[in-house]
Amino acid sequence: MHGRPRKSATPVDENASALKAAKIRSLQSQFLENHHNHIYTKEALEINAKLIECNPEFMTAWNYRKLAFEHNISSQSESEKADSDHIKSIVDEELRVVENALRKNFKSYGAWHHRKWVLSKGNSSTERELRLLNLFQKQDTRNFHAWNYRRFIAGLKNISDEKELQFTTDMINDNFSNYSAWHNRSVLLSHLLEKKVEGYFPKEIFLKEEYEFVRNAVFTDPDDQSGWFYHLWLLDQTVKVDMPNLVSSWPPHGSEITKTTFPVILLFNEPVEGVNLHTVSVQVENDITKNTTWSPLSANKFKCGQAWLTHLTIPPGEFNSSKIFQVKISSEYPQGIISLNGVPCSRNWSFAFGVSVCHDVQPEGHSLRISMGEENFSTIDVNSNMMNFLKSNFDLATDYEQPTSSKWKSELIASEIDQYRELLSWAECKIGKLTLARLLMANDAMITDTAVAPNMTHVEEVLQLYSELMELDPTHYQCYKDEYSLVFLKQVTSSKESLMKYCCQYKESMSLNITGNVCLRFNSLSLSRMGSFERLLWVQSLDLSHNQLHSIEGLEALQLLSCLNLSHNKLVSFMALDPLRFMKSLRVLNISYNEIGAHTVDTRRYLCSSPLSHTLDYDKRFEEFATSDEKVVNFWDAYSVFSGLDIMQLDITGNAAVDERFVLFLVKLFPGLKWLDGEELH
Amino acid sequence: MGELAAEQHARYILKVEKKKDDIESVLMEHLRINGVYWGLTTLDMLGKLSAVDQETVISWVMSCQHETGGFGGNEGHDPHVLYTLSAIQILALFNKIEILDIEKVSNYVTTLQNEDGSFSGDKWGETDTRFSYVAICSLALLKQLDKINVEKAVKYIISCKNLDGGFGCTPGAESHAGQIFCCIGALAITGCLHYVDKDLLGWWLCERQVKSGGLNGRPEKLPDVCYSWWVLSSLIIIDRVRWIDKEKLVKFILECQDKENGGISDRPDDAVDVFHTYFGVAGLSLLEYPGVKAIDPAYALPVDVINRIFLN
Repeated sequence: MHGRPRKSATPVDENASALKAAKIRSLQSQFLENHHNHIYTKEALEINAKLIECNPEFMTAWNYRKLAFEHNISSQSESEKADSDHIKSIVDEELRVVENALRKNFKSYGAWHHRKWVLSKGNSSTERELRLLNLFQKQDTRNFHAWNYRRFIAGLKNISDEKELQFTTDMINDNFSNYSAWHNRSVLLSHLLEKKVEGYFPKEIFLKEEYEFVRNAVFTDPDDQSGWFYHLWLLDQTVKVDMPNLVSSWPPHGSEITKTTFPVILLFNEPVEGVNLHTVSVQVENDITKNTTWSPLSANKFKCGQAWLTHLTIPPGEFNSSKIFQVKISSEYPQGIISLNGVPCSRNWSFAFGVSVCHDVQPEGHSLRISMGEENFSTIDVNSNMMNFLKSNFDLATDYEQPTSSKWKSELIASEIDQYRELLSWAECKIGKLTLARLLMANDAMITDTAVAPNMTHVEEVLQLYSELMELDPTHYQCYKDEYSLVFLKQVTSSKESLMKYCCQYKESMSLNITGNVCLRFNSLSLSRMGSFERLLWVQSLDLSHNQLHSIEGLEALQLLSCLNLSHNKLVSFMALDPLRFMKSLRVLNISYNEIGAHTVDTRRYLCSSPLSHTLDYDKRFEEFATSDEKVVNFWDAYSVFSGLDIMQLDITGNAAVDERFVLFLVKLFPGLKWLDGEELH
Repeated sequence: MGELAAEQHARYILKVEKKKDDIESVLMEHLRINGVYWGLTTLDMLGKLSAVDQETVISWVMSCQHETGGFGGNEGHDPHVLYTLSAIQILALFNKIEILDIEKVSNYVTTLQNEDGSFSGDKWGETDTRFSYVAICSLALLKQLDKINVEKAVKYIISCKNLDGGFGCTPGAESHAGQIFCCIGALAITGCLHYVDKDLLGWWLCERQVKSGGLNGRPEKLPDVCYSWWVLSSLIIIDRVRWIDKEKLVKFILECQDKENGGISDRPDDAVDVFHTYFGVAGLSLLEYPGVKAIDPAYALPVDVINRIFLN
């Protein structure tokens, strides 16, 4: 099926082909008859062996050999059973057939598996197996069947990891471009590290040597990919913090909020399980509340998520007092919070804030359309209350103790940075640039004792590298663009001074209970990806319009969001808006001028809650809700995402999916809708 | 830029279906049921499924069923989970899954799950993440996914995740685009994509695009049209397909056509076959090529078929 040249068949070719085919046909029917009638004679086995040689991928033929083997072993005479040579000859015959088949096609799954199966029944010397492997690994150093079989034999015959490591060293020295050897190397080193074998544990011992080893390879041929991928693994081994951690929360520690019912958000560095009233305690004044339920902001049936939410309500009897309630959220039993890799949280954390309840809870009734246009904003006066608001929300978000990095890590990274800066001075190498960017980011990400604010030392250089990559490697432009966007957002959100430039104050004060005082305006920044959510949990109004967003993954953590502008982006479906299903505070939504319904392919299809991924049951209420006319995919998607929300103002024009019928459907879906595409509804 | 020779490809598939006596066909007899699935799905994507006699196909498919409930590659061949999936998929195309004894078929598949969550291909015990995908996809289409231990199945798949973000056939095996598709497809169907580092894997996958615009299956290997499916569907499932140059890939696939005789080959000017014809057309579908019906990247069946099964 692969690598055969295209040529028209001549009558001579066709004749020869037909003859050959007829021969094989005849072998096949004879074989199948023997198989169905359980005939395992020497002649029958020979027919089968001939067939296997022609077609080593014919699984039934290999199955037959196993049946024959079992049959011939079990039907041995007493004298044969005592004769170990007899069994050995049967085993050897099978191994010979496998070897023959492999010489014909060394990628045959059936052949390799049969050999493994035979070895589970009989024996073959280590030398013999390694000789066979060497033969095939020389023919094709990337043959993954051979590599897999090699790992199998190493396990079976107890060949040490160190010996196998030396084999990969030899293969790499022979030819740097051997991804399979580099891969096996990473597997073996991981084992040695895990087993805490001397000379490989702790990891700084082998890492330095490995960095040097891979440097030889990439400096010799910077355009070969194999070494670069291995370097990425080494970098990951160096900087990875393999532990779940709380990175952000809302309300901010030390703040004072004015609400009767409010969300409490916990945001971790990775998805975790086990956030519940046993692992996290919620204390209002001096009472530990016993009935908080935490839910992950994620749709799956495994109760795990990166952002977790609960709601607290100040007891109604207290509304008339001017008291400020102290609330404390702390880790009660952090080890119960576990990452997807099974690693428990090991650090304690806590945050506390005050809640004051105002007498007059403003009703939400109002009828003015909220504009997020330029004209409705003014810059924030540095001396105003807004600034304080921003300060309090911002400074305190960064308070969680993160593990500090050891000295050997920073030294190693710094040395690598120097080495690859040198490489790039004489080689225009795209992966080299990418590697340097990653090294610089890793360097800045390492937490040192003296660090307070996020380290942005190299951020300009990193952004420059990604810009260069977009030009140097246009095929992968979007990959670099996405990374650029994320780094850019890290920079913007790293200090309140930089964030301030993007904050605006609403001029019109009529709707502040909905919009909040401040709007974070990230419009028209060429963002292809959204990030840094851990610094944005306080945001109530967000303008992301006129960007290139395909997805809003992660936005669900912003539980205070009530006004969201996503117009003029690249959202292709309602499934791309899936995070909105968790945003119960959302009142104003603008998704106009996107690409909803304009594509036949929906790349968010499996990254959202859906019956297709078994993360959501098909909601039968949709059947009652939608008329038979409306039972088309877009309607189901919209129903699924939006049916729990209370949207008051919606802009949706400029999307292919939105026609008159769809508009009527939406009006049904949002009973509280007052404004649609700029028009007031009655 | 070339054009898709849809008519010729449809004719090629119908011709291949009838051709049985040349050497290529005989050597593919052991996986004929896979071939029927590839051929019919391609016809459906090209809007030509009605050119086939549904009754004949279905009765032949059923004749491949073994007494254990599983299906063989052809009549009289031993059952295997790879062929069982194709049988179910063919019936799904015709909206005839109901003719199956669902319990019997699902039992065959569920008995193949091992203690560690992995799946064997058949009773002889070969274990491979390909079989995890095939088993999970089969049971999901039959709406019997809860018959297996999904948590363990997922755990096993994750144990095959490599340090480059990709997946191999067994724990410790090298990342390979075909295996990645199987693992990502299985994780998509079971709602477990949160275990995947999408940026890391997305980068490994997007680096499969070589200068010619085609995709290879592993670093430093040659491009091949079948990776237009395996790499592309994986990229789409994890929403990183923007990271490759789609136009260049379309061009590569179109260059692999035999526009005269129909069919698509692994590389330009190589011999065509049904396998690569399917993957070429499926790749074009995922790239939104006009006139090609949308295919679902996880279940590998047209989107309207999948929606019919799950959204009703």
